[in-house]
Formats: sequence, C-alpha cells, structure tokens
Amino acid sequence: MSMFRIFDVAGSAVSAQSQRLNVVASNLANADTVAGPDGEAYKARQVVFRTVLMGAREQPEGAAGVEVSTIRESDAPGRRVHDPENPSADADGYVTYSNVNPIEEMVNMISASRSYQNGIEVMNTARSLLQKTLQMGQQA
Amino acid sequence: MINRLTGVLDFQAQALTLRSERQRLIASNIANADTPGYVARDFDFAQALRQATGGTQGRFRLAENAGQGLPADAGRAARPPRLNYATTAQDNLDGNTVDMNRERASSLDNALRYESTLRFISSSVKNTLDAIKPYNQ
Repeated sequence: MSMFRIFDVAGSAVSAQSQRLNVVASNLANADTVAGPDGEAYKARQVVFRTVLMGAREQPEGAAGVEVSTIRESDAPGRRVHDPENPSADADGYVTYSNVNPIEEMVNMISASRSYQNGIEVMNTARSLLQKTLQMGQQA
Repeated sequence: MINRLTGVLDFQAQALTLRSERQRLIASNIANADTPGYVARDFDFAQALRQATGGTQGRFRLAENAGQGLPADAGRAARPPRLNYATTAQDNLDGNTVDMNRERASSLDNALRYESTLRFISSSVKNTLDAIKPYNQ
C-alpha cells in the first residue's frame, strides 16, 4: 500500500527539520561565545539537505524523503570587538566572538518550524485518509 | 460471473490507487521543500487513469469482458504513471522548484477526491448488497 510510504517520507522530513532546529539552537546558544586560547571562536553551522528516494523498485522517484547530508561550518570571520580589559583579548586588545548572526538564525528557526508543521500536517492527512480507507464499505 | 459484480469496482479501485500515489508524490514534494536542487514532481491524473484502465470506463470494460472470465490484466499491478517535473513561478537560488502554495492546494484537492472515490466504492458495494438481498427483506 503506497499510502503508508507517506509516513516514511513525512517522517524523514520532520526528523531532518528537527535536526535543523537543533543546529539553530546550538548556534543561538553560542552566539556570544568568545575565542579560546587557540584564537578560534565557535563557527555557525548550517545543515544541508539531500533527497533520498524511497519509492518502489519500478519507480524510485515516486516517493522522495529527505535527510541531512552534511553540516557545514560558516567561514565568515568572527565579530571582533575592541576590549583590552577582557581576559580573552588578544595582543591588540581585540576579542573575537563567534560568527553567528542571530537574525539569520531566527529566520532559519521560523522556516524550520514551518516546514516541521507542514510535515506533521501531511502525516495527519494521510492518517485520516487511511482511517477512512479502513472503514471502506461500512458507511455508504 | 462474479466479475460482473466486482467489475464496476475495478475502475474506482484504479482511481483510488492513483490518488494514493499522487498523495505520496505531494508528500515527497512537501518533504523536500528545503532541499537544494529538488525538482517538484506530479503526474497528469486523467492520463494516468486512462492508461491504468485501458482507456475505458468500468462499465464498458465489464461488457467487453462479459463471459470471458477474468480480464487479461486482472491482478497485475498497473504501470507507474509517467512523472512530470515542475518549473518554478519564481526562481530560487538553490534550484528548488517546490511551490508550497501549489503543493498544499494539490494535497487538499487530492485528499478530497480520494475520499469521494472511497464514497463511490462504498455506495457501489451497498448497491450490490441491495441487489443480492432476498426480495422479501
């Protein structure tokens, strides 16, 4: 029954989106971290999605789920603030913060949560259709 | 003889199968709304149904096969419908062509039509049951 595949497809989307939310959460949590002794501050991470074909053998593209293929680190330079009093300041008196852009992350979070909701709604629709299919012939 | 009773259901059963396949495709499109380079897919329902039922409606097909036992393709799974690929109304930087508004509308429309096909099958079963009921009940 091809309808059951919808749960695999939508489930993969929901889990991929929750991973994206996870990454956004860790980015936001580390938005104000300062570079350690090695001079490297936290780098913003971003998930990259990839399609996974889940269809039957005769038509694999009939059902396409999604997965997180990689988590990429941003190469943007970290925010540098002149603060010679700070114990983490370098020789020039600059403190390097992480390169997380909180506004970007908030937008990313909204987008991920919307996509998550879409996945749930797809599952709900499939569930109610299947429930009605089970009752086929019982109500006219 | 029995396929005269069930033959009317064949057409609706094919339609139901295709509806569920389309629902699955729409689910795939919605799942991949954020995947870079994903191209949205859909199929032409009318054409797929014509292909699955051999271009005839259930009733005519029944007449064709009357007295010949089961039709030649009975029990064989229909070929999967040919998929079409969507182009975007608005271009995306990541090459994704899923239009969420279109997909949501298709999903609603398809779910409603799936349910109506279910209703058709249910009432057709009920009609058959009514027909084979003894006269005095």
